Parts: sequence; C-alpha cells; structure tokens
Amino acid sequence: MSGVERIEQVFRKLNQAGSAAFMPYHAMGYPTRQQSLDVITTLAEAGADLVEIGIPHSDPLADGPTIQTATYAALVGGTTVVDCLQMVRELRAKGVDTPFCAMSYYNPILAYGEESFVAAAASAGVDGLIVPDLPPGESELLEPACREAGLATIYMLAPTSTEERIRSVARHATGFIYLVSVTGITGARDELPPGLPAFVERVRRHTELPLAVGFGISTGPQAAKVAEIVEGVIVGSALVKAAGSDAGVEAVRSLAEQLAVGSHNGKVV
Amino acid sequence: MTLSNTSQPVNFGAVPDETGRFGPYGGKYVPETLMPALDELEEAYLNARGDKEFMAELAHLQHTYVGRPTPLSYARRLSEELGGAQIYLKREDLAHSGAHKINNALGQALLMKRKMGKTRIVAETGAGQHGVATATAAALLGIECIVYMGTVDMERQKPNVFRMQLLGTEVRAVDSGSQTLKDAINEAIRDWVTNVETTHYLLGSALGPHPYPAMVRDFQSIIGLEAHSQMQDPAEGGPGRLPDVIVACVGGGSNAIGIFHPFLEEESVRLIGVEAGGHGIEDGAHAARFADPQRGRLGVLQGTKSYVLQDSDGQIAITHSISAGLDYASVGPEHAWLRDVGRSEYTYCTDVQTLNGFNALCELEGIIPALESAHAIGYVLELAPQMTKDQVILVNLSGRGDKDLGTVMQAIGRDS
Repeated sequence: MSGVERIEQVFRKLNQAGSAAFMPYHAMGYPTRQQSLDVITTLAEAGADLVEIGIPHSDPLADGPTIQTATYAALVGGTTVVDCLQMVRELRAKGVDTPFCAMSYYNPILAYGEESFVAAAASAGVDGLIVPDLPPGESELLEPACREAGLATIYMLAPTSTEERIRSVARHATGFIYLVSVTGITGARDELPPGLPAFVERVRRHTELPLAVGFGISTGPQAAKVAEIVEGVIVGSALVKAAGSDAGVEAVRSLAEQLAVGSHNGKVV
Repeated sequence: MTLSNTSQPVNFGAVPDETGRFGPYGGKYVPETLMPALDELEEAYLNARGDKEFMAELAHLQHTYVGRPTPLSYARRLSEELGGAQIYLKREDLAHSGAHKINNALGQALLMKRKMGKTRIVAETGAGQHGVATATAAALLGIECIVYMGTVDMERQKPNVFRMQLLGTEVRAVDSGSQTLKDAINEAIRDWVTNVETTHYLLGSALGPHPYPAMVRDFQSIIGLEAHSQMQDPAEGGPGRLPDVIVACVGGGSNAIGIFHPFLEEESVRLIGVEAGGHGIEDGAHAARFADPQRGRLGVLQGTKSYVLQDSDGQIAITHSISAGLDYASVGPEHAWLRDVGRSEYTYCTDVQTLNGFNALCELEGIIPALESAHAIGYVLELAPQMTKDQVILVNLSGRGDKDLGTVMQAIGRDS
C-alpha cells in the first residue's frame, strides 16, 4: 500500500466511526534523539492516527517560539536530515505503524536533492510530505517525485487564501489539506478563532479531501470543537512543550490521551 | 539586446517573469498565509508604476525631501594616490537619512499609503540604515512602524537604534539564531504572517519573495539613472563619458542592483559587486556567497531561491562581516542570474581590506563611508592601480559611516 493510500485509509476508517483524526507533530531530536523516539512511540500508543515528523531547520519562519526553540536545540544536538529518516526507519522496525508525514522546510530537501529525498523518505517509511514554504506553484520537481513514490503531497491553506488559491491547492493536494486556523505562526492559543467554520466551508466547496486544522490547538475540549467541523486535529506546540517539560514523555502521554479523546469523540454522528 | 561576452542574446527587461523568476532564481517560497499578500502587493505596485500621479508624488518627495539627485564626486586625491583609473563616487551617503535605503523605503511606504489600505509597517534591519530609512518614511507619512533588529546588531549599531526611536519607531530586539539580519527578517516575516491584514512588510533589499526583488530594484534604479546622465555631463561633475567599471558592495544587493540596472545594456561597462569577505574565505567567517565554493550553493532562504551559504544538510550558515549590512547568508536573485549570464562579476573584500578602504576615503577625500560601502572602496584600492589613467571607475558610495564609528574605533584599537 502506498503512503497516500495508508493516509486515505486512516481517514476512511475514522469517518465511518464518526471520529476525527488526532494528528500530533513532534520535532525530531528534541529534547534528545532517544527521547524524540520515545515521544513518537508514546504518541502512537496514546491514540495518534497520523504523526508529523518534524525535521529541524535553522530558519523556521512559519514557527512560533516553542517549535523554534525545540528545533534549534535539536540542531545543536546534532540532528540531521539523514538521521531523521534513520529515526523513522527505527520506529518502523519497532513496529510503530501509524502513518507519518515528514514536515520540513524546503531548503534541507533542496540540499539533499528533491528526488533523492523523496525516495529516501519513502523507503524509510514516510507516507506524506508537508513543506510549509513550498506552495503548489513552486513544487514542480517535488510533486512528481512524490507521486512516483506514492507519498502524499500535503499543502496548507490559510484564512487569507483566495478562491483561486484554494482551487489550486485542491488540485495539487493528496491525502488531506492542512488548514491553518489563524493567520500567524504556530503556537498554543486559548480560543478557537471565530472565523474557522466559515473558512472550512469555503474550502469544502472546492474539495472532497479530508481537512485537518492546526495552529493553536492545545487542549482536549479545543480538539473536540475542531473535530466537530473537520476530519483531522493537528497539535504541535503544546505537545512539544510537554516533551520539553520535567515530566517529559509522561506529560506527552497524558496530554496526547486527552487530545485523542477530544478528536475521536468530538464528531457527533 | 545582445551582449558580446555571452553566446545567446540576453533580454534584461524580461526578468523577472510573471512567476517572479530570474532564470532559475527568485520565486515565492513563503507560507500560504502570505501568498495573497504578495499578490496584492504585486498588483498595487504594478498599478502605482503606471500611475502618473503616484510617480510624480514620489519624484517630488525624492527631490524635496531626500535631496535627489545625489551628487557625483570626482575622488581626485584617491585617484592620484592609486595612480591608475579615475575614480568617481555616486554620493548616496548624502541622501537624507544617510544611505540609499531611503529610495526604497519611501517608495514602499508611499505605495502602502496610497495603494494598499494598510496602516502598519514592519521592517528588518541589519546595519540600521534600512531601519532608519523606514522609520524616516513612516514619520514623514504618519504610519505606525515596528523594526526588528538582532541583538548583536543593536549592540554594534547603537546610534541607529536611538535614531529609529527618536523617529517614533518601536525597535524590537531579536535574540533567536545568530541575532543578526537573517533572524531579524525571520521575526519581521512572523509578525507579517500574524498581522497580514493590516500590515505591510517593508523589505529593505532586493531579496525575499516576488515581487520584492523587482520592486526594490526599480525603486533603487534611480541611483543608476542619475549616474548614467551625470557621468556623461561635465556640468554635473562627470568625466563626459560612461565608466569602464562600476563597483558596488553586495549584501542583499539593493544598492548594487540600483546602480547596475540602468547600465545593463551598456556593453562596455563592467559591473562588479563586492561581497563581505570577513576574516577570509578559508576561515569560514564571511558572507561571500559567490566566493565560497563549498558552502555557497543554490538554496532557498526567506522566500527566494538564490546562492545561499549553508552546510551540507541545508541548514543556513552563520555569517560574519565587520559591516552588519552585508552580514547575510543569501544574495538577491537577480545578482545570481546576472552572474550566470556573464553580465556582472563578483569579488570580495575582507574586513582588513575594508578598513583600509575606509581609512583611505576618510583621509584622502574627507568622506567617512559606511563600512558596507567601504567594501567597494577596499576593492577599488586593488583595482584602480591595475587600470590606466584614462580609464574610469564609478563607485556607489551607498551610505555614510557615522553609525560605524564605534565598530571602527574598536577594530583600529585592536589592530594597532
């Protein structure tokens, strides 16, 4: 089964159960290599339906302070792109079978070689690719390589996106579409933005793909609210913060379980 | 238009294309949230460019407020001392606020005010020159202004921090990453992403996603347009002919592209950009993107594809230069393209050579140059003696050096 198919299957099954997917992000190499492996394993055990594997970059311009700090620490700790893929391989060898989407800024992929990166990621066990600074118009090399390797090409849409851009993303995306819930950078926020339902509605008019919402979700009840209107709930900063706390992996487990419950039960059939 | 030194005709007017590309360089590598803002900016800019009233208002401000045209000065004593080519200086240091940066800052601020319906400006600054220029334009036009600046740069450019504050701008310290220009740009972009509906990002160099490289070039081309006519006019202080060589420092490359662009089709004029050689290329502590074959490679940084100093893993390198304004890991995409097609050349000047250029201009011409511009002078110390007395070099003296006195005092103190 290809990466795209594995991702599609997750959404299909959850949809039949009336649930939304819980889709956590973690920065590889943070707080340490081993701890990041433990975090991913814990997220899978706690009910993650898809995990975003964060590849650290020196200039993460779409990220807020939490993920900036974590990915910077990971780089200082010696995390490389090659090792991130090696970690994916190790997780697969240990039996973690949750679909993985690699999340990387464009330059590390360009430096690796776009086609080589996609091939290496697919063979390591990655199912999809999210590149926040690579909109559809700029991905003329990466996208065909992903098609070839069966990886999902996941693009983002924001509340500022025009109809034309929504149509363009809908044409190019596979797996799911990542909706940025607010204009801004990543980071936990207290409230869900009031314009979210209308934004989701606007995107639905152009696509049948599952929609996942991220940027700012940090609690079970918030996850449940988001799960009422979309198929996936993405959580990053709050979990990364937990991973870096004194309680570490146990803090991740407890938060992830609440988020999983919120995501899975939020959708009322 | 064809060039003698290339095998194929090069159409300099055809870049960037509609997707913002200069050959393989340029483009729009930004988070989706910003894409509509870039489209809106492009539309506003194209509209303004064709709007006689807007262009007249800008020209009026350039004349009555900035003091344009800036003079052309013949550097008689420097030319005699070096004993080769005759050296002319395009005096952007005499533009209001002390550098060429005001040309672009005023252009974009006016664009925002007249065409975009936004109320707030964010900008980044390295040396502080662009920050001061933006703060100046914002004060003139009554716009709220926030400038992001790395803490390392704030320390080495203290007078400019205070200048911006005097002008009513809020200077926000950036202590992430290398705490220099690159990190200030990251923070300015993050602010822009968050407040995009009310805020314009006033990028200060010919960098970033389309349409910035082309728009900034166009606002800066006034330098080359003036110089083109001044050089040919003895009444304006020119030698009565075009220069053989034009030399300009290149960080992002806005002063260089501004003086180069109107000369692109003058085949006889060599165009040379001078990058920051820092402690030397072998040392690794520099910002010479074109000169370092190991780390200077095709990459994407902050929205544009160009030459980027990076490690083998695609992480952006930490750069060094004595001048904060050239201390940046990437270079404007049009420079990368002009180099590829053989129209412009790039060299570098180390910190030490730069200080030599700085001293020479102070002592021989009574001009204290910005350390950025002193890179161009440092290279001219090498180039002019290799040329004959009937040849002519035009240097873009992009800014004045008052802001650098602390740095120079420290450097000279350490060296002596």
